[in-house]
Amino acid sequence: MPIDILMPALSPTMEEGKLAKWLKAEGDTVTAGDVIAEIETDKATMEVEAVDEGVLGKILVAEGTEGVKVNEKIAILLAEGEDASAADAAASAPAAAPAPAKEEAPASSAAPVPAAPVASEPAEDPEIPAGTPMKSSTVREALRDAMAEEMRRDGDVFVMGEEVAEYQGAYKITQGLLDEFGAKRVIDTPITEHGFAGLGVGAAMTGLKPIVEFMTFNFAMQAIDHIINSAAKTLYMSGGQMGAPIVFRGPNGAAARVGAQHSQDYASWYAHIPGLKVIQPWSAADAKGLLKAAIRDPNPVVFLENEILYGQSFEIPDMDDFVLPIGKAKVERSGSDVTLVSWGIGMTYTMKAADELAGMGISAEVVNLRTIRPLDIDTVLASVRKTGRLVTIEEAYPMCSVSSEIAYQVQEKAFDYLDAPILRVTGKDVPMPYAANLEKLALPNVGEVIDAVKAVTYTA
Amino acid sequence: MAATKRTSSGTGAKAASRSRGAGDNSAPAIAEFSKEQELHAYREMLLIRRFEEKAGQLYGMGLIGGFCHLYIGQEAVVVGMQMAKKDGDQMITGYRDHGHMLAMDLDPNGVMAELTGRRGGLSKGKGGSMHMFSKEKHFYGGHGIVGAQVALGTGLGFANKYRDNGNVAMAFFGDGASNQGQVYESFNMAQLWKLPVVYVIENNKYGMGTSVERSSATTDLSQRGASFGIPGEQVDGMDVRAVLAASERALEYCRTGKGPYILEMVTYRYRGHSMSDPAKYRSKDEVQKMRTEHDPIEQVRKRVLDANWATEDDLKAIDKDVRARVAEAAEFAQNDPEPDVSELYTDILL
Repeated sequence: MPIDILMPALSPTMEEGKLAKWLKAEGDTVTAGDVIAEIETDKATMEVEAVDEGVLGKILVAEGTEGVKVNEKIAILLAEGEDASAADAAASAPAAAPAPAKEEAPASSAAPVPAAPVASEPAEDPEIPAGTPMKSSTVREALRDAMAEEMRRDGDVFVMGEEVAEYQGAYKITQGLLDEFGAKRVIDTPITEHGFAGLGVGAAMTGLKPIVEFMTFNFAMQAIDHIINSAAKTLYMSGGQMGAPIVFRGPNGAAARVGAQHSQDYASWYAHIPGLKVIQPWSAADAKGLLKAAIRDPNPVVFLENEILYGQSFEIPDMDDFVLPIGKAKVERSGSDVTLVSWGIGMTYTMKAADELAGMGISAEVVNLRTIRPLDIDTVLASVRKTGRLVTIEEAYPMCSVSSEIAYQVQEKAFDYLDAPILRVTGKDVPMPYAANLEKLALPNVGEVIDAVKAVTYTA
Repeated sequence: MAATKRTSSGTGAKAASRSRGAGDNSAPAIAEFSKEQELHAYREMLLIRRFEEKAGQLYGMGLIGGFCHLYIGQEAVVVGMQMAKKDGDQMITGYRDHGHMLAMDLDPNGVMAELTGRRGGLSKGKGGSMHMFSKEKHFYGGHGIVGAQVALGTGLGFANKYRDNGNVAMAFFGDGASNQGQVYESFNMAQLWKLPVVYVIENNKYGMGTSVERSSATTDLSQRGASFGIPGEQVDGMDVRAVLAASERALEYCRTGKGPYILEMVTYRYRGHSMSDPAKYRSKDEVQKMRTEHDPIEQVRKRVLDANWATEDDLKAIDKDVRARVAEAAEFAQNDPEPDVSELYTDILL
């Protein structure tokens, strides 16, 4: 029976890739372990090895094809004695059942009555001058460009971390930086987060401007003493004499199917600390404008990225020097019925929910916090005073979360404007499970956001 | 004492240059000091001694709060290193830091006023005994977390190399900190990248109340860099001449781009770990023996008198001068006002 060769997933978050090259031709004999093709993702080029023996009966996806979905049939392998007609038959059969993980969560429990679309419009970014041309950029490219631009601008800026140089970044965020800036300024470290974070802070105390990349913030728990005790507190303890102009950056929060120890969102941990600035970008524009600002900032900045967002594309202003202000939220969508406040990957659910809500006749205003500390509560309050209702959306645990803090401040400062209790949609209060179905349950989804909005608008 | 072991790993520093620990009088010959060096060391060590005695007194009067870790007994270590260093070389240490600041020429008034939490303190009263800094004098703290200064000090060395400025960082830490994991992470990076850092292990024999023997699987701390190929030597940290000689070797080694160097200064603290430590883990005899036989200041005093470089009256005059300087600092520290309440919310971010 012919064997299907499927497009492999090469990382936990890969959904599609380019079939760059076939290294075997139709009719070639293949043994297990032979490299049969090369596949490119946005992060890397990987070789695909044969798992079974046989003859390559038919190639279904030509080399050079982009956007090949994971688990799509790319070739047919014939067993001994089978002929090409078997390959043709196999090619037309549906691919093996894919993993069940991809189905979208039900959008909401009920929305039977279609309503007239309401005003909930994408808002302009006041930080971008009117008429600025836009271009498409992934978050990954935006982060890399931000670092490269700042390194060109200031010789005191350097980047260090695990695999940032020769490997070009574990997630390819530092791709090309070694070539341009050399090994003095793009530094591969040993796998010793505590040590190299401390080294970075020491260098920063002398006035250098390190960018310390953590392969993920989950590993930064090993280094958190230096982030907090050494970086955040020194300016105060020295009576203002000695600070640490340093950026700690890397992916934070859940990726996909990497389990409890690699899936935590640390925003509220760092946001708790006076002396730190904490940024959690969502879009490519957030990533670029805020990382450039973070590098220039004379204070220690914790910059919390997200692996799932790295490959996503957004419109970004095509400007020489696009810098966003730290501590300023952005109204991504204006609306009148409810305020949705989110940040980082939480914005993904939030923007989809706002779209669906518009179709149900509920006009949601979406505030993208961009910075967690200092918190732009004024922008949140202005929105809540307009809508009277607030739902916050984040992937982190609920207890002592950023949502908790926003809810506290809003009840304190806009109590009389609230027409409903503030609700929060968060990750569940459990260590992240591995099983696909449980992981999905542990994370927020669009349906939960819509349900929360219905609750606070009394339309459930 | 493990003074018979070799110095590590094919470097310039060989056993011949290695002096023995305190309590062992058979150390190899040490370069004699000139009269000027002896008198300089005497005055500097005495300033630290008298300053710390005064700090202990003010603590007892309730004028200094919190934790207060005195340097009495260890003065030769920091003074010897100070005599070896060049302008621009940095120091960083843990919380037993008053002596380092005085050796780095920080104003005793500012140090004492920081201990009393006053606005004229080096950190405006916001840091306290364990947290003082001076970019101007290249003193990078004053750190309260055991071992943190080792990684930070490695970063100072990194910055020197990045800037190619010829400076060397001196990272001081104790025998207790020498078991911290980040010390070895730092050793690895410093040797890998050949960073100019002298790691100065001030082995005063007790990490709080636990002796080196009870906390450390190997007690020759000078060899803690051996698996990274970092040379190390054990130095009689009670003899300022031995400290200076070893420090000059170490600083030269680092300054010429060979990488980091470890000096284990075998020393002793006469007081408890902090003011609140009754030090019941060691005998009075042990302390008394160190004070009478190995005191770093008395050693210099005896040599100066023996050489007729000063009379008893000359030394008394120095002592009087130093006491006056310390009294002035104490006076300032008691009369300087507390920080303005507006300082509560300043210096958090730039």
